[in-house]
Amino acid sequence: MASATAESVAVRPDRSTAAPGLGRRPGKRQGGPAFILLSPWIIGTVGVLAIPLLYSLYLSFTSYDLLSAPHWVGFANYRRLFTSDPRYLHSIQVTAEYVVTSAPLKLLAALAVALLLARPRRGQGVYRALFYLPSLLGTSVAIAIVWQGTFDTDGPFNGFLRLFGIRGEAWVSDPNYVRWVIVALAMWQFGAPMVIFLAGLKQIPRELYEAAEVDGAGPWRRFRSITLPMLSPVILFNLVVEMIGAFQAFTPAQLVGDGQGGPVDSTLFYTLYLYQRAFQFQQMGYAAAMAWVMIAGLGVITGLLFWSAKYWVHYGD
Amino acid sequence: MRPLLTRAVRPALPHLLIIALLLVLLYPVAWMLGSSFKSTDEIVASLSFWPRHFTPGNFAQGWAGTAGTSFAVYFMNSTLIAVGAVIGNMFSCSITAYAMARLEFRGRALVTGIAIGTLLLPKEILLIPQYLIFHQLGWVDTDLPLVLPKFLAVDAFFLFLNLQFMRGLPRELDEAAALDGCGPFRTFWHILLPLMKPAMATTAIFTFIWTWNDYFSQLIYLNSPARYTLPVGLRMFLDATSGSDLGPMFAMATVTLAPLLVLFVLFQRHLVQGIATTGFKG
Repeated sequence: MASATAESVAVRPDRSTAAPGLGRRPGKRQGGPAFILLSPWIIGTVGVLAIPLLYSLYLSFTSYDLLSAPHWVGFANYRRLFTSDPRYLHSIQVTAEYVVTSAPLKLLAALAVALLLARPRRGQGVYRALFYLPSLLGTSVAIAIVWQGTFDTDGPFNGFLRLFGIRGEAWVSDPNYVRWVIVALAMWQFGAPMVIFLAGLKQIPRELYEAAEVDGAGPWRRFRSITLPMLSPVILFNLVVEMIGAFQAFTPAQLVGDGQGGPVDSTLFYTLYLYQRAFQFQQMGYAAAMAWVMIAGLGVITGLLFWSAKYWVHYGD
Repeated sequence: MRPLLTRAVRPALPHLLIIALLLVLLYPVAWMLGSSFKSTDEIVASLSFWPRHFTPGNFAQGWAGTAGTSFAVYFMNSTLIAVGAVIGNMFSCSITAYAMARLEFRGRALVTGIAIGTLLLPKEILLIPQYLIFHQLGWVDTDLPLVLPKFLAVDAFFLFLNLQFMRGLPRELDEAAALDGCGPFRTFWHILLPLMKPAMATTAIFTFIWTWNDYFSQLIYLNSPARYTLPVGLRMFLDATSGSDLGPMFAMATVTLAPLLVLFVLFQRHLVQGIATTGFKG
């Protein structure tokens, strides 16, 4: 997403650098062929994106149960969300707690392992791929089920603890622990941001480290004064991607929890509650309002992250 | 004596650490594979992932599915949807990217800007209205809502990927082709598309994996067991057996992930590079 905003800026110079007379005869437009090739995209953007977007905004001001036509209720849905739906406010809390724990912990794991793998050594490619494997499998239903089994009372995690004489808890059915089981599942998939960190680490010029070493900087100092600042744009990128991804988590909440947000609503993630309202209670207008509040929230958080960038992200020179 | 010892041990230390980490990390996957050959009693009782008594019958029992619908049906449905999505994305993203990156027409910057702007649209906002529209069209409980949009280049990630790749190809190619009398369609088909292979491969592999793993939209759009895909079918299997048939369930979890593991083995280098160069999430 970070690259997306950078990209929209980069579009303009692309056109101005198209020097006239370089093969493309000036005045000869290719509007016809372009229109033909773009027609699927135009149909899609209008039919699958633009119209649904407007429709959803309209629905959020209506009450609609699929049986009778939507009827206008003004801001009632939005008002109800914040004044008389404690489960909704609770779902915000559950989601916020999940986002602010899972995203940073996942990135911490990603960065630590990336640093471990950064130095070229035999088997690096295989190691990197194997660390990435959980990211490939992790969003699947199969892994969510396996995860639940792993942390079940009789699961291998408690079996492992028993080796050390520790009696494990019922991690999955205990409302205090189940969210940490889900956070662990997110952390488990640190491979994707790790690969991006590795690519970022490769970009840091070796001379910087050599010069710092000559000046007597130890490993910690080199990490703090070279690696971290040089990597900060990549950290920002990963942070935005992971936080937005965490907000949208659905499968782990539905499958590691009991599917209804339980035990005692401890896994009532935002998207899960939205799903319940829309597809179990058929409250399409109410759920649409939930979606719009979510988008607004995501926008504000992404905005804040980019705003904070000027204090901690180092953009070279 | 000591320097010699440290010289021998120290280079091995990071390897040992990395291997230990990988063992912990991949344990759940190994446990799943092992448990799919264990009896339900043994799964609960034993920590070891290696089965003491091989129970290959789990696969037959699981494959039979629940309520008369076998996993063969789910597997077929998942395959059809994933392959349809792959073809759709390869077709629509490449032609759209070509038009946006290479053709001269009025409003090109605007169109490209809109396309990239849609990258920022979270799918939750479209979920309900799209569902209602597909519902109106009578497409709920068919594959159409899951496959058709892929033919309309609305998967902004892949459009962006193709656009970036297309921009990196030398312009001289188009100019030479134009001098030789190639129109835009032939230039695309004969000159640029063959050079797009790496981007096409990344598009295909990731579209396949994401569609294969997708649960949310398949859960919403597919209502009858004969239409279920693997993720939905596996979920129903879990509900129907309420965790009592662990062996068959792990066997089916393994079946669900097997194609991904095969893809991983075949394309691991490509997958990792795709992530690194495009900044995809996994």
